[in-house]
Amino acid sequence: MTALPSVSELAGLAARLGRRIQLMEVCGTHTMSAFRSGLRSLLPENVALLSGPGCPVCVTPNHFIDRAVQLATAPDTVVTTFGDMMRVPGSHASLEKARAQGAAVKVVYSPLDALEEARRHPELKVVFLGVGFETTAPTTAWAVQEARRSVPNFSVLCAHKTMPEAMAALLRSGEVRIDGFLCPGHVSVVIGAGAYRGLVEEFGIPCVITGFEGGDMVRGIEMALRQVVEGRAEVEIQYTRSVTWEGNARARAALADVFEEDDAEWRGLGMIPRSGLKIRHAYAGQDADRVFAAVPRQPPVEPAGCRCGDVLRGAIAPPQCPLFRKICTPANPVGACMVSSEGTCAAYYKYQ
Amino acid sequence: MCLAVPAKIVELTGHDAVVELGGVKRAASVVFIDDAKVGDYVLLHAGFAIEKWTEEDVREYEEILRSAVPPEASS
Repeated sequence: MTALPSVSELAGLAARLGRRIQLMEVCGTHTMSAFRSGLRSLLPENVALLSGPGCPVCVTPNHFIDRAVQLATAPDTVVTTFGDMMRVPGSHASLEKARAQGAAVKVVYSPLDALEEARRHPELKVVFLGVGFETTAPTTAWAVQEARRSVPNFSVLCAHKTMPEAMAALLRSGEVRIDGFLCPGHVSVVIGAGAYRGLVEEFGIPCVITGFEGGDMVRGIEMALRQVVEGRAEVEIQYTRSVTWEGNARARAALADVFEEDDAEWRGLGMIPRSGLKIRHAYAGQDADRVFAAVPRQPPVEPAGCRCGDVLRGAIAPPQCPLFRKICTPANPVGACMVSSEGTCAAYYKYQ
Repeated sequence: MCLAVPAKIVELTGHDAVVELGGVKRAASVVFIDDAKVGDYVLLHAGFAIEKWTEEDVREYEEILRSAVPPEASS
């Protein structure tokens, strides 16, 4: 491995920019790592890191939480979920509050655990909340395939989303100037570096797929700065120990088998064409939207004053939200970005 | 949510593995890994191995952890 660039090397590159630039770290795990490692405070003055929409919990719209709460109160039904989702406020309650009031909600570490729950309780309908990007979606896909083979009482309420189209939508809106992306490392393990070529071609924007340790991020930022300084726009991989150009063929095959592309609603970004994954008709029996179609839906209510949406687009930083630190805290979150451990507001609250 | 950590395969039956990370053992699926073997290092996410690491990748990771803070800040 080549030696890590030092802070003065970054400063030297930044001095050659001759202007202020903004790099967006798309992934919530990058946001946390940049704070925790102290990297943010060491960056040259004219280089800013913007947090992007890469926290799946944060971009999941209210109506999904509402639906999950509804299903958790349906007879003989258990909702299983990753722990991050528990405290996200829906229109009226989070899953955690609903559980305290008697709803059946169980936290799992893996879709494998949710499947096992269904095997152990054939008398119950077990619903898994499919939330996450391309890193997580293949694990849900595998559970869906396995359920069709042998676990009839298992289904998925699906809100899986995909990254590159959301990044393109941000650039297309032109609301925030982005000079380069630190692309999400573990999403890229699955989809491969090649998936960002379209972004580079359409927008001429540097894309560096970056790992999650402080040292990875320093190097990723250096590579992005170098592209800007040299007037290049390419896809580069800093995170070579995990990411290839093609991605993980088996995981991609599972995705293609179970899901099809669909338009998806993102909190803060609205409806983005082809940025979501929908369960294919061949797996209708594993699709909670179809299995529970008879359970009536309620219209969602958005919390007044919450600016999670603007934070998720990078349009404002959390301290610019009137609720931040005052009404909205990790102990009593109003918006999703304060809930998730990788939410931008939670990161600012903890570290700044 | 996209957190993933390196782990070592210590037992393997079909696609069902036992992996060790930080001294803790847990079950994991290697269904997405070509030609997984006991002793391989894998990147683990939500109970699934999503990529294989070479010995060199592991060494790079350890080196990056050692230099977690940019060099000038640590001195």
